[in-house]
Amino acid sequence: MQALLALLIGVLTAAGVYLMLRRNLLRKIFGLVLLSNAVNLLVFTMGRATRVGPPLVPEGATLPVEPYANPLPQALVLTAIVIGFGLVAYALVLVYRNYATLGTMDAEQLEDSACAEDVPDTNGILEVDIGDAVPVARALSFSPDAQRPLLKSL
Amino acid sequence: MLAVILFSVALALVAPALHRVMQERTGWVLALVPLGLFAYFTSFLPVVMAGEAVRQVVAWVPSFGVNLSFYLDGLSLLFALLITGLGVLIVVYAGDYLKGHAHRGRFYLFLLLFMSAMLGLVLSDNLIALFVFWELTAFSSYLLIGFKHAEEKARTSALQALLVTGAGGLALLAGFVLLSIAGGGSFELSEIMAQGEAVREHALYVPLFILIVLGAFTKSAQFPFHFWLPNAMAAPAPVSAYLHSATMVKAGIYLLARLDALLGSTTLWVWTLSVAGVLTMLTGAVLAVRHTDLKKVLAYSTITALGTLTLLLGLSFEASIKAAVVFLIVHSLYKGAFFLIAGSVDHAVGARDVLRVGGLRKVMPFTGGAAVLAGLSMAGLPPLFGFVGKELAYKAKLGFEGADFILPGVAVLANALTVVAAGVLVLRPFFGQAPTPPQPPRETSARMWLGPLVLSSLSLGLGLFPTLLAAPLVGPAVTATLGAPIPIKLTLWYGFNTALLLSILTVALGVMLYLRWDWLRGMLARFEERLAPFGPERLYAHALNGMLRLADAQTRLLQNGSLRIYLLWLFGLAVALPGVTLFVKHTGGWGAWTAFWSDVLAYEWMLGGLIVLAAGAVVVARSRMLGVAALGVVGFSVALLFLTLGAPDLSMTQFLVETLIVVIILLVLRHLPVIAREAPTRARSRLFDGVLSLGVGAVMTLLALAVLRVPFDPSVSTFFAEESVPSGFGSNIVNVILVDFRALDTLGEIAVLAVAALGAYVLVRFGGLPVLPRAAPPQSLILQTATRFLITLLLLASLFLLWRGHNEPGGGFIGGLVAAGAFTLYLIAFREEALRRMLRVPPRVLLGIGLSLALLSGLVALLASDAFMTGQWLSLYLGGGAAPLKLGTPLLFDVGVYLVVIGFTLTIILALARARPRLA
Repeated sequence: MQALLALLIGVLTAAGVYLMLRRNLLRKIFGLVLLSNAVNLLVFTMGRATRVGPPLVPEGATLPVEPYANPLPQALVLTAIVIGFGLVAYALVLVYRNYATLGTMDAEQLEDSACAEDVPDTNGILEVDIGDAVPVARALSFSPDAQRPLLKSL
Repeated sequence: MLAVILFSVALALVAPALHRVMQERTGWVLALVPLGLFAYFTSFLPVVMAGEAVRQVVAWVPSFGVNLSFYLDGLSLLFALLITGLGVLIVVYAGDYLKGHAHRGRFYLFLLLFMSAMLGLVLSDNLIALFVFWELTAFSSYLLIGFKHAEEKARTSALQALLVTGAGGLALLAGFVLLSIAGGGSFELSEIMAQGEAVREHALYVPLFILIVLGAFTKSAQFPFHFWLPNAMAAPAPVSAYLHSATMVKAGIYLLARLDALLGSTTLWVWTLSVAGVLTMLTGAVLAVRHTDLKKVLAYSTITALGTLTLLLGLSFEASIKAAVVFLIVHSLYKGAFFLIAGSVDHAVGARDVLRVGGLRKVMPFTGGAAVLAGLSMAGLPPLFGFVGKELAYKAKLGFEGADFILPGVAVLANALTVVAAGVLVLRPFFGQAPTPPQPPRETSARMWLGPLVLSSLSLGLGLFPTLLAAPLVGPAVTATLGAPIPIKLTLWYGFNTALLLSILTVALGVMLYLRWDWLRGMLARFEERLAPFGPERLYAHALNGMLRLADAQTRLLQNGSLRIYLLWLFGLAVALPGVTLFVKHTGGWGAWTAFWSDVLAYEWMLGGLIVLAAGAVVVARSRMLGVAALGVVGFSVALLFLTLGAPDLSMTQFLVETLIVVIILLVLRHLPVIAREAPTRARSRLFDGVLSLGVGAVMTLLALAVLRVPFDPSVSTFFAEESVPSGFGSNIVNVILVDFRALDTLGEIAVLAVAALGAYVLVRFGGLPVLPRAAPPQSLILQTATRFLITLLLLASLFLLWRGHNEPGGGFIGGLVAAGAFTLYLIAFREEALRRMLRVPPRVLLGIGLSLALLSGLVALLASDAFMTGQWLSLYLGGGAAPLKLGTPLLFDVGVYLVVIGFTLTIILALARARPRLA
């Protein structure tokens, strides 16, 4: 049983990672959901998931009936599910807002527009002029072409 | 002594406010601070003269052996008196020098801050505390050099000084740590000092010596780190006088003197310090006569003096230490005066280039008089104190066996050039003909000539009566440096001897060179031009540029603004690092892999297959609806898996979340374009991503299998299971963990939910997006009728789940999600307005109420003097022999969770319900 869980974790992770690498923002969110599921399963499995009863103490007893499921990963995963819900809901709103304002769902187009508009002011780098006796720091103007990633060809 | 330093820092901090009230009189008032400190330190004179030292310890970070321990002996006292004494004159002077400057209050703040740090430096006994004060002086020096921050030169010079001395400071810290190791583990200098022999023979002696000397050399502007000091002249004149001639640059000298008894006398020490000292001395002396700017000349002649001091300390025997201590005082007096005079000239004439200034003697008699005295002391002529210092230095150099030709020869050359510099500084601006000055000169106010005059008079007075200084200051300082007392005799006249001959030779050579100064300057300028490309300052610029280019290249590679590249690095490393580790370290083989498979049941195979198929469907789906549906299949299947593995709470939570997320996705999808519209990705990219994804997935699977092979330690889980009923009064262990054992974590999580909800609300409702007009009336009668009936039922069910959650599956999260589902159903059936009417308050109010309840439930424990969030319980006996009803703060906490979950869901859903699509 645990091997199946390990396999499912791998499959969900692979699918999630692949989707997160897509350009469409909605598919990125789909990937995020799959990855959350994979991680929840991982935490759950690490607490040794087996086919046993829930961690509930019967009326009048002080200990649950053996064997019972490990309660600790359950508590962790329960909050993780709810936080994951919050994360995905917020990400969806962010994507909506992004589309409403910029009109694109394509991550690469977003990067281009970000380069064209904002970056010159914020991402300028310092360069010291060796020519003068006293080094002079000045901001290089930022060109989007210089910014083209090295790994773009991948 | 800690109180004294803290007091002076406190006064520094109120200086700007004081200046706002006092205006012109601030300088006089604040001068009382160093004056008071000066008096305080004077009171230690009798103790120190008696050969004793004062030590005070205040524990700071005792677990690391870091104490604010202070140690006052002859050496520290000498520096403390110099710092505070000069401080008085500088503060008075600065008041007038910066008259009308907008940031004068800030200037006082920086200056007094520096003074406090410098005092801490020379008084610290703990190495770490000494380092902290060392860095504080660098920091305040940065602020002071960059005081005219509107000028680019001031900013770059300040940065340069900070980087050079800061890099040295780091080396110093490393050196101190090694010193502590070599010295037996203590960070207290007074304890390490007793281990001198052991430290010098320790294997770490060479590295610790190099590191500490790097710190001292950068701070005291020794060759090849000297270049920052002339640039630091961008600072206002009083700063140059105080920091860059008399005090801060002598911190390195102080450190070398302090450690002389501990690290000194070895071949390494003598050679390193003498060679660096000689090179520095010559570099400074040559460059001083090459410049015409008063402050540049002073800066380079300061470098000469610092080199001389390093050389004398390096020789490390009685006569040289004595000469070093005397020369230190000599130099502080005349150089402090000269920097102030340069400032006055600049202030009065508006220029400080000696080619443009002349004949000021008549208009500025007081300043001129001070300049003559300071110049005579600098040139080392009798009867000034400078003469005493120079004689002692010559004697020391003559007395050093093995180099009794080279050292005096070099010293004569350097001193002759210093005579030239002194001539340039005094004769050019104050005598001779006046070229047309930029503004009509006039004598400065008393506040500005007071300082130079006091310092120069001291040079004269101490020259005439040097014995005055021998017993109180020089003797104890030499004793502290050497570690053993020696007799000190100071006199102006030692009789005819070799040292006097050298002095006469020096002056003669100096006068000769001064007469040919213009020729000398021109020659040196040509010489320097050729050498400049190989100078250390170019090296500094290259190093700085190289670092910036490296940072630039690295940013382009790793963080170039493309989300895809970020993720590729992240996932790529997630495959590479754990993957490699796994294969190297996991030597047990993968035999168990097959054993795990044998027990998978048929329905588990089916659920697993469903998850794999659905995940694949999400990946290949071109339609959004198919994607959402497949995502739902994955979620519900995982929920079923949880159910079969003894986790009903997880299962319920996942079912509810999956349902609600579909609603939110649909609300958002209304306004988004179809997926197919995106530009197609190249096949090569898709293949690469596919391989990488499979790699990440494989690593996760193998990691899980590797962990499963390790024996499980159930102690934490068992603790929760055993304590749940006795301590938490709940049978549902998962819920007890959430609301009692780990309630603080849960509080953090619902706070995150609240923040996410408010963030989403702002994203939708603000920033120029108009909301939709009120929606059209509802349409489905069947849905509405059913909803009217169902909503009551669902809300009751949610309350029931909340209530029973402590003992059976349920709780605040699950109850809250059910209630949120009920309200969402109502929204779908009756539209947004109806839901708002039913709720009466905006849903985000629920977030506040929920968080407050959760926080309140934690605070109750404080009333019972328990730790925050400790469960408090109340037993209600209902009679009839039934078990008592237990009510406790964890239940209240769960109500808070319940409300936050409802508030979160409804805030987002209601905001999206009226969100408007993109305007064309």
